[in-house]
Amino acid sequence: MEKIHKPLDFILAFKGAFVASIIALLLFGPIMGLVLSGYDYQAELQRPLIAAVVVFVGRFLFSLLFQFAQHEPRLQWMLPRKTASVWVEGEQVESKQSVRLFSAMTAITVLTLTGQFWLSVAGGVVLYLLLSRLGKRKHQVMVALVVILGLLMPFFATKFWLTVLIAALIYVLLGLGLNIVVGFAGLLDLGFVAFYAVGAYGYGLGHEYLGLSFWAALPLGALMAACFGAILGFPVLRMHGDYLAIVTLGFGEIIRLVLNNWTEFTHGPNGVSAIPPPTLFGLEFSRIPKQGGTPFHEFFGISYDSSFRYIFIYLILFIIVSLMIAVVTRLRNMPIGRAWEALREDEIACRSLGINHVTVKLSAFSMGAMVGGLAGVFFAAYQGFINPSSFTFFESALILAIVVLGGLGSTVGVIIAAFILTILPETLRYLATELPKAIDSMSDYLPSFLHNTLSTLSDGLGDIGSYRVLIFGVCMVLMMIWRPRGLLPIQRRAYHLDKPGDAK
Amino acid sequence: MSHLLTLNQVNVSYGPVQALYDVSLEVGSGEIVTLIGANGAGKSTLITSLFNKPKPNGGAIHFDGHNLTSEQTHNIAKLGLALVPEGRHVFPSMLVEENLVMGTIPIGENHLEQDRAHIFDIFPRLKERRNQRAGTLSGGEQQMLAIARGLMSRPKLLLLDEPSLGLAPIIVQQIFGILKEIAEDGMTVFLVEQNANHALKLAQRGYVLVNGRITLTGSGEELLANPQIREAYLGGH
Repeated sequence: MEKIHKPLDFILAFKGAFVASIIALLLFGPIMGLVLSGYDYQAELQRPLIAAVVVFVGRFLFSLLFQFAQHEPRLQWMLPRKTASVWVEGEQVESKQSVRLFSAMTAITVLTLTGQFWLSVAGGVVLYLLLSRLGKRKHQVMVALVVILGLLMPFFATKFWLTVLIAALIYVLLGLGLNIVVGFAGLLDLGFVAFYAVGAYGYGLGHEYLGLSFWAALPLGALMAACFGAILGFPVLRMHGDYLAIVTLGFGEIIRLVLNNWTEFTHGPNGVSAIPPPTLFGLEFSRIPKQGGTPFHEFFGISYDSSFRYIFIYLILFIIVSLMIAVVTRLRNMPIGRAWEALREDEIACRSLGINHVTVKLSAFSMGAMVGGLAGVFFAAYQGFINPSSFTFFESALILAIVVLGGLGSTVGVIIAAFILTILPETLRYLATELPKAIDSMSDYLPSFLHNTLSTLSDGLGDIGSYRVLIFGVCMVLMMIWRPRGLLPIQRRAYHLDKPGDAK
Repeated sequence: MSHLLTLNQVNVSYGPVQALYDVSLEVGSGEIVTLIGANGAGKSTLITSLFNKPKPNGGAIHFDGHNLTSEQTHNIAKLGLALVPEGRHVFPSMLVEENLVMGTIPIGENHLEQDRAHIFDIFPRLKERRNQRAGTLSGGEQQMLAIARGLMSRPKLLLLDEPSLGLAPIIVQQIFGILKEIAEDGMTVFLVEQNANHALKLAQRGYVLVNGRITLTGSGEELLANPQIREAYLGGH
């Protein structure tokens, strides 16, 4: 029997090639077309054009080749493989009443920071109603709302809250990183702060010795931390549980002690200072630029404000955190995420199935360390000064507490826990300074004994911000009693091979 | 006769403690071979040493033309050797079906649909429970799942380490019935068991392992009839 060959579709190939060449032009235009010379640049547009033509021809030929391969059995290997379709059960977290209430409450709290109380209440109510009205697209709408809110935040918040939010986001990043190691792969790591330190010192010392900028240090610091993760991974491959925890604890301390004692390189306890904050394409956010060139406010002709710098750090951090959340969520459903899960569940079964536990464990350690390193770079850029006392065991314990409090393996839980553990003490500190003032202002209206009691109480509140660890302990104990699996325990995604209706 | 699996003078030690002494045995293609022995005789050591964990410190292990002692552990499953580990070791929080998908790791998901249908023919119970978490299955069902997971990689040789462990006698009977069906389909089976009675009835040939040494070998029926075996493993009647 003669096979009927579909004629090759040249128009389809042409369309694809055209789109590809446009994309190539956009991509290569600035990369290849602009040649810097000193503070000026020259446009050499023929170079991206050549690149685009090459892409066009290549894409056109590939398209024809693939069309041909569909009819030619010997070329079938070129075509994408058909794999079994797997249906993913959606997360059911967001449909719950409690989550709706919780998001509304969070919105109110966050909006309160802007100072307009009634506006924030209205915002919370609108959010609650919106969430209960929305059907299937609830999830997307919520994510979009959170992103928009997060991006608008810094333009309304005061400088104090902005710095608190930056610290909170750094802890979110640390929590996400440790969550990969502890939550996904089930490897208890008590020395996670080591990678945080590697990232921070990577930027600090990289700037001092090599003149690295923030944007160069961001990927390099992450890469370096990932390498350290792999270095830690090797000796602990055969360890489990308690033994693993002790070794990682030791690793964290080693890094801190080296930073503390190698004075000629790291300056020991004096730390590294004058670490520059990030710049926007070379525009600095300081009043008088330290590295020459025009500062941001002059370039755009607006008056100088010291919070510009924090707004900018916040925005980059927010984008990086969102990106990491997306990456981590994807990772969990990718083969490597499944392998982590399988290894956590049963190592013996994994190894009998031919999963290489070396690569799986090392990848978990280095992925987690990479995220920790990113957080470290941000920490150095935001503080401008780092020394080893920021990287003690307490910090590791705090990050681990964030992960456990949020629920092992639960991304949303970790984010919420990071916010609670960093914003709550600051809120209390804020209240401790504001409350006595409020009580004093009411002294005319209140009977004197009530006023006295209240002011004694509020004085007792005085430095409640420093009771952070106590609050933290109380939180943990309460949680262990009422929510032993964390605030938002992970709803494990199940993979069904049949569509939901088919199963019988 | 060409053998699928050959062990030649294999010695295995855990540090200073030697567990296996000069063990030699063969499993031919299509055979059901069993290895029986008491607690601590070295049965599980023998089966895991096929995967180089622990690595034999003497002797040779050949499987289907490959020298297993020079292969890395994670590559051995890809050669067509499927282990149903002692104590079942299913992934408890994964669904039954996901456990089956995990079983395809050595060969990829190309035959997944077809093999899954085949597995559900052999194990109707698993079909009923396919959307249930594996940790919620009964012991017998978990054992079935562990065997099914092993079969998902289309192995040339199925290794079973004590499939009767901790199961009620009636369930053990069921499991052995299923093993018989699988073997009749042409699967080569190497079965390590304490339950000598069932194992020897199923197997064509058997080996007896005592304190790390093979002391007896013969057909299943011969060993069943052997007075020493009856004395030591079958309660002496």
